[in-house]
Amino acid sequence: MNIQADYNFAYLDEQTKRMIRRAILKAIAIPGYQVPFSSREMPMPYGWGTGGVQVTASIIGPDDVLKVIDQGADDTTNAVSIRAFFAKVARVKTTTHTSEATIIQTRHRIPEEQLRDGQILVYQVPIPEPLRFLEPRETETRKMHALEEYGLMHVKLYEDIATHGHIATTYAYPVKVEGRYVMDPSPTPKFDNPKMHMSEALQLFGAGREKRIYAIPPYTNVVSLDFDDHPFEVQKFDKPCAICAAEGVYLDEVILDDQGSRMFVCSDTDNCESRQAAGHRGELSGMEAAQ
Amino acid sequence: MNNQPLLSVNEVSKFYGARIGCRDVSFDLYPGEVLAVVGESGSGKTTLLNCISTRLEPTSGSVMYRMRDETKRDLYQMSEAERRFLMRTDWGFVHQNPADGLRMAVSAGANVGERLMAVGDRHYGNIRETAIDWLGRVEINEDRVDDQPRAFSGGMRQRLQIARNLVTGPRLMFMDEPTGGLDVSVQARLLDLIRGLVRDLGLAAIVVTHDLAVARLLSHRMIVMKDGHVIESGLTDRVLDDPHEPYTQLLVSSILQV
Repeated sequence: MNIQADYNFAYLDEQTKRMIRRAILKAIAIPGYQVPFSSREMPMPYGWGTGGVQVTASIIGPDDVLKVIDQGADDTTNAVSIRAFFAKVARVKTTTHTSEATIIQTRHRIPEEQLRDGQILVYQVPIPEPLRFLEPRETETRKMHALEEYGLMHVKLYEDIATHGHIATTYAYPVKVEGRYVMDPSPTPKFDNPKMHMSEALQLFGAGREKRIYAIPPYTNVVSLDFDDHPFEVQKFDKPCAICAAEGVYLDEVILDDQGSRMFVCSDTDNCESRQAAGHRGELSGMEAAQ
Repeated sequence: MNNQPLLSVNEVSKFYGARIGCRDVSFDLYPGEVLAVVGESGSGKTTLLNCISTRLEPTSGSVMYRMRDETKRDLYQMSEAERRFLMRTDWGFVHQNPADGLRMAVSAGANVGERLMAVGDRHYGNIRETAIDWLGRVEINEDRVDDQPRAFSGGMRQRLQIARNLVTGPRLMFMDEPTGGLDVSVQARLLDLIRGLVRDLGLAAIVVTHDLAVARLLSHRMIVMKDGHVIESGLTDRVLDDPHEPYTQLLVSSILQV
């Protein structure tokens, strides 16, 4: 017996896709505003990118080329399975090269390579409400967004400085979009915040469990919140990438043995691999070969 | 200038279905004046306070407020954004339970600084300095600035709540049983503090209390409520020393003598 389930193109039915596209259009029209949408059950658990997958499924066409990254890497479980999912249900071409992709679905990173006009970056968002941990009531946070009452966001930054001497928020660092809405950029490291500002690519954010979609259209002002005497700063790394010697990129710390030795390597695997292919070598790049 | 009332309450009524919350309450409040609202529990004191402070829309009647630019505005004709702005700049609200008026999970300094940040202050050093200054004024030691209010005693929490409200220099304070639940010595110190602050800052205040001693100490004028109605009003000393209404007489004679 051979029963093959017959899916609509890109898994979701056309009515659902229309509903999500309407939400996306509204989100683009009001940058940074969280648009509610009726999130569907997806064949994966909440927290694995159900929001991002629904957004991707609604915008993807047969000619699109899809790249999926998880913490910057193309080869982690989440990235591999979402890429395989769309290869199966939409029969689209997939890639790991940032420049070849038309749609990039991401969890927790923005690629190092500058995105171009025409590309779309789809973020998976766990908690879309930046004010949530300070104000648990949804009715109240909606009112605060509506009336532009954002003093509370600075209370969090104040607490950081009071406790740690500097703004210790390193990811999900709140931004103000086009001078109006305060937005959670999803748990990307704050290192990536400047890349959102005036980005040529369209940025879409999908939160499946929380049922919200929001967006940053191309060429939009995105400003990280800060204090006059404690300005916004991104993370700095003492060493370049141990494999490709890249500087000014976001690095992951990898523990090498149980003596506590460690290395810092590019979080963006595609960027690291293309640099290696171009002949760049870091201090530990020969190590794998030696082993 | 000061012979214009700051707040005019005109025939405010609030019904909860068929039940009366408060009915046809009218009074004027002048700058620098402290008005006490007394009565037994269930007499409509808190309903009245909430109606005046825009926390609860009255069924009928109006509340006029003289803004800083001297224009008189009906509170319930204002947009919600204006009302909320008024609440966090020109007004203060001291809750009976400090946990309702404080953010228990952020430090004392941030609690005091929140209003400053809400009106656009973006300099950490200045915010912190102002917060420490206000903590000092309400007798909280500077080294407690980074502690959370949950580590504070009841009296300290109440004083912190007052500092948090006063930091933007409001002209009108609402206080709902500010000394409720505190022991008598702490109560006395808090009353002293409130009295001093009200006098120094020229604040107008409406204090809801069931404790006639608190009313005697803090207020210039008082109104007595029973079953949602105002049954007597006048200068505090007059009402307490020479109560006219039988119910007020009962209330005054019920004070425990030690």
